[in-house]
Amino acid sequence: MSLALLYGLVGVGLVAMGLYAALAARHLLRRLLGFNVLGAGVFMLFIAHATRAVDAAGRPDPVPHALVITGIVVAVSATALALALLRRLHARHGRPTLPEDREG
Amino acid sequence: MASEVQAFDLLLAVLLLWLAWRALASADLFKAVVQYIVFGLLLALAWIRLGAPDVALAEAAIGAGLAGALLLDTLARIGRAGVRDEARPLRLTRRRAGVALAVVGLAAALVAVLLALPPAMPGLSAEAMAQLERSGVSNPVTATLLNYRAHDTLLEIGVLLLAVLGVWVLDAEPRLDQAEAPAPLHWLVRVLLPLAVVVGGYLLWVGAHAPGGAFQGGALLAAGGVLLHLARPFALGSGWLVRLAAVGGFAVFLLVGLAMLLLGGGFLHFPPGQAGTWILLIETAAMLSIALMLVVLFVGRSRGAG
Repeated sequence: MSLALLYGLVGVGLVAMGLYAALAARHLLRRLLGFNVLGAGVFMLFIAHATRAVDAAGRPDPVPHALVITGIVVAVSATALALALLRRLHARHGRPTLPEDREG
Repeated sequence: MASEVQAFDLLLAVLLLWLAWRALASADLFKAVVQYIVFGLLLALAWIRLGAPDVALAEAAIGAGLAGALLLDTLARIGRAGVRDEARPLRLTRRRAGVALAVVGLAAALVAVLLALPPAMPGLSAEAMAQLERSGVSNPVTATLLNYRAHDTLLEIGVLLLAVLGVWVLDAEPRLDQAEAPAPLHWLVRVLLPLAVVVGGYLLWVGAHAPGGAFQGGALLAAGGVLLHLARPFALGSGWLVRLAAVGGFAVFLLVGLAMLLLGGGFLHFPPGQAGTWILLIETAAMLSIALMLVVLFVGRSRGAG
C-alpha cells in the first residue's frame, strides 16, 4: 500500500463522516464541524494525490499544496461567517437549530 | 520524502479517523470542539508526512488554531443551554437512513476511484519547476500562490474580506462578561506577542524560498492579536483606519495586477526580473491585512473594552 492510497482512504473516511454529520446533525455547530471535517477530507484526498505526481527530485506536486492553502483560508472565512449567523440565530430564537429540526 | 507506509502512518490514520468521529459525535459540544482542534493538529502532522510543510503551517495556525478559537468563542457566547445537545446526536434513525445510504454510496465510489488510480501520474511539478526561475521566488508553493495562480490568491483575500464584512454586519450580540484575565495570561502575552511578530515577519520573508508565506505569517500575527484580546480586551471598531487596513491587502494586490496590465504584461503577469519585488510587496500588504481580518473575525465589531 502506498502513502497516496492510505491517506486517500483516510480522506474518503473523513469526507463520509463530515458529510453525514453536516446533513444529519441538528445542532448547527455540529453541522459546521461536519462541514469542516468534510473539507479536511477533500484536502486530504488532494494532498495524498499530489504524492502520485513526484518530480525527479522526489518532491510532490506543489500546485495542489497551494490550492489547499487557499482552501484552508476560505474554509475558515466561511466558518467564521457561519458562526456569526449561528450566534445571530441563537440570539433571536434561543436555539442553535434550524426551524425544521426543532420538533421530534 | 519516504514514500513507504510506516507504522507511524497507520497509527496517524487511525487516530485521525477516530478523532474526527469523536469531534462529530461527542454529545458535549465543548469536548467535540477540543477534539476537532486536536484533529487539526494531527492533520498538520499528516501534511508533513505527505511532503507538504507549507500546508502543515497553514493548517496548524489557521485550520486548528484560529478556527478552534472561533468555535470556542461561539460556544462561550451561546452559553450552557445553547451547547446542550442530544445524548447521541448522530444516531442512525429512520429519517437519517437515506443520508447514511447516500454517504456510504459516495464513499464506496471514491474508494473504487482511488483503487483504480495508477501509483504514479504526471502532475504539474515539471512545469512548476521549469518556470520557477522566472517566478521571482524559489519556493514552488509560493510561486504557485503569488505568480502562476495569483488570481486564486487575490480572490481568496476577497473571500476573507467578504467574511469580515458579513461578520461586521451580523455582529450585534451581547458582550461576554469579561472576567479579569489571570496573571499568567498577561505574562504569556508579554512573552508570546513579540515572538509572534518576529516569527510572523520571518515566515513572510522566508516564504520566498522555504515553507512559509503571507498566510502563515498573517495567521501567526493574528494569533498574537487574539491572545492580546483575551488578556486585555480591546475594541477594533470600524473606523477608517481599520477599514483601510482590512481592504489594504486586496487593494494592493488588485492595483499591482492592474499596473502589470498597463505595463503591457497582462493582469498579474509579472516581468521575470521584477517578480520577486512585486510578490514581496503584495505579500507584505496581504499579511498585514490577513492578520487584521482574522483578528476582526474573532473580536467582532462591538465587543471588547467591557
